[in-house]
Amino acid sequence: MHPALSVIFLTTLIGAGQGFFLALYTGQVYSLGNLLPAQSSLTFYAYGSLIALALLAGGLLASFFHLGHPERAWRAASQWRTSWLSREVIILPLFMGLVLVYGALHYFGLTRPVFRLGQAVVVDLSLLVGGLASAAAFLLYLSTAMIYASLRFLQEWYSPLTVANYTLLGLASGFTLAAAFCAWSGSELVLFYTSEALLLTLIAFLVRGLSLLRNRRIRHKSTLQTAIGVRHTRIEQKAQGAMGGSFNTREFFHGRSRAAMRTLKYLFLVLVFGLPLLLLGAGLAVDSLWLPAAAFLIQYAGLLLERFYFFADSRHPQNLYYQYIS
Amino acid sequence: MTQLALVIDLNVCVGCHACVTSCKEWNTSGWAGPLSDLRPYDADPSGTFFNRVQTFEVGEFPNTETVHFPKSCLHCEDPPCVPVCPTGASYKREEDGIVLVDYDKCIGCKYCSWACPYGARELDERQRVMKKCTLCVDRIAEPTLPPEERRPACVLACPTSARLFGDIHDPNSEVSVAIREQGGYQLMPEWGTNPANHYLPRRKTRIRIHEDELLRADNPLHKEELPELPEGAETLDDVAW
Repeated sequence: MHPALSVIFLTTLIGAGQGFFLALYTGQVYSLGNLLPAQSSLTFYAYGSLIALALLAGGLLASFFHLGHPERAWRAASQWRTSWLSREVIILPLFMGLVLVYGALHYFGLTRPVFRLGQAVVVDLSLLVGGLASAAAFLLYLSTAMIYASLRFLQEWYSPLTVANYTLLGLASGFTLAAAFCAWSGSELVLFYTSEALLLTLIAFLVRGLSLLRNRRIRHKSTLQTAIGVRHTRIEQKAQGAMGGSFNTREFFHGRSRAAMRTLKYLFLVLVFGLPLLLLGAGLAVDSLWLPAAAFLIQYAGLLLERFYFFADSRHPQNLYYQYIS
Repeated sequence: MTQLALVIDLNVCVGCHACVTSCKEWNTSGWAGPLSDLRPYDADPSGTFFNRVQTFEVGEFPNTETVHFPKSCLHCEDPPCVPVCPTGASYKREEDGIVLVDYDKCIGCKYCSWACPYGARELDERQRVMKKCTLCVDRIAEPTLPPEERRPACVLACPTSARLFGDIHDPNSEVSVAIREQGGYQLMPEWGTNPANHYLPRRKTRIRIHEDELLRADNPLHKEELPELPEGAETLDDVAW
């Protein structure tokens, strides 16, 4: 497949946005049980929500560049019964709305308890809205990934690992950003988020590695024999019906060499997992403003490459019909 | 239920591209807007087509065979491109099973083209919407055309009649009989898309001649030598007529 920049930015930006929001909400839930110290409503939750919103809005903006007719984008909400893309189109704005409300509740200090569960657990509005938003964040990971994982003949994507990867990579980058955010806003949760980010990055590495292994030994079901229905071991294309290329040659081929793809794979493995793990590990030992921030920036750059590789790595069966121009 | 479809006879197709040009001519002139071309007379020309003829070489020299392979939307009975469309622009017509795109609803997200294993859909770079074969919906039911012309443009254009058009759900239609009797098959059956369009395979007519049939053992004029027969063996000459 030919990776589209718009989709690469969409999926990585909203993935990090969702992960960052989930990190904030994790902090709030943990502080309820007095596992973590409570944070300031304004500087932590309200500004944090703003950062999450900025990432999500950036992703949403990028997605419009993917459309031939962005002015008709509203129509995309209609087929949620059958289309994962439609579901994503509904959940993304819904999630953004919930994050906005969550941030606004904290900004305006509307955090008076609504009710109590037992003695210790004080439930306020932001906790309820945040819970809904968290559910939406996970649904969004699911629907973004299912857009790809539901296409059965794109065998590289047709796997639960796709969903796991989108979720874990989003969470890892979000928690790394949360560590950087805490470092810069002077919150004492730096160590908590750094260790969480370290753990998530490690799990994401294992799962992404698993999918790389799976895809390395994949056996494609479609062959030139089934594509044109001729039983012969030796079939060669001589003409594809157009000399100057077509939509089919532009949309479904990435045009990079095998060697370039291999380099890209090792590069993203180092940038998404290797370096951030080192920097986050160092961040646990040394108190630094720059370590978590550098970890996030490097990891995000790596995720752009990872997403490029994800798209380019899958081989569409239609390519069998477009092997030689003439 | 009706399921209109094309049946393409690979045994007859000569790869002349008449179906391609005829399709382009009809469908670029219709009410649905042009099938845009980009830089048609320049370097790197490109354009939107509903139908393309590809050529494959089967076998190794000198035992090769050239297969011309016309490829267009197969109007699957279980089309994977339809449920993925987020706007409902992509749909399968109830009454005749034709898979269509509503160009006024399409947002050009290209997701349907990813969901088609055959590469049958092409994005029109100028109109920015997805396009595909319509089986000439604006011909096949057009009352102002004479009845014999109410068929897709490609079918009318084919000089060798390699393209048949009809309802594959009617067991007695020309297409159903052709599929049944001449080994019609579907492309990429492994994905369960159940394409409506079928292809008829290359067929060879061979006469099987045994050696004893070359020797005229029963020639009454005995101009050829009789084969040497073992003692007491029966030949056709011994049969009483």
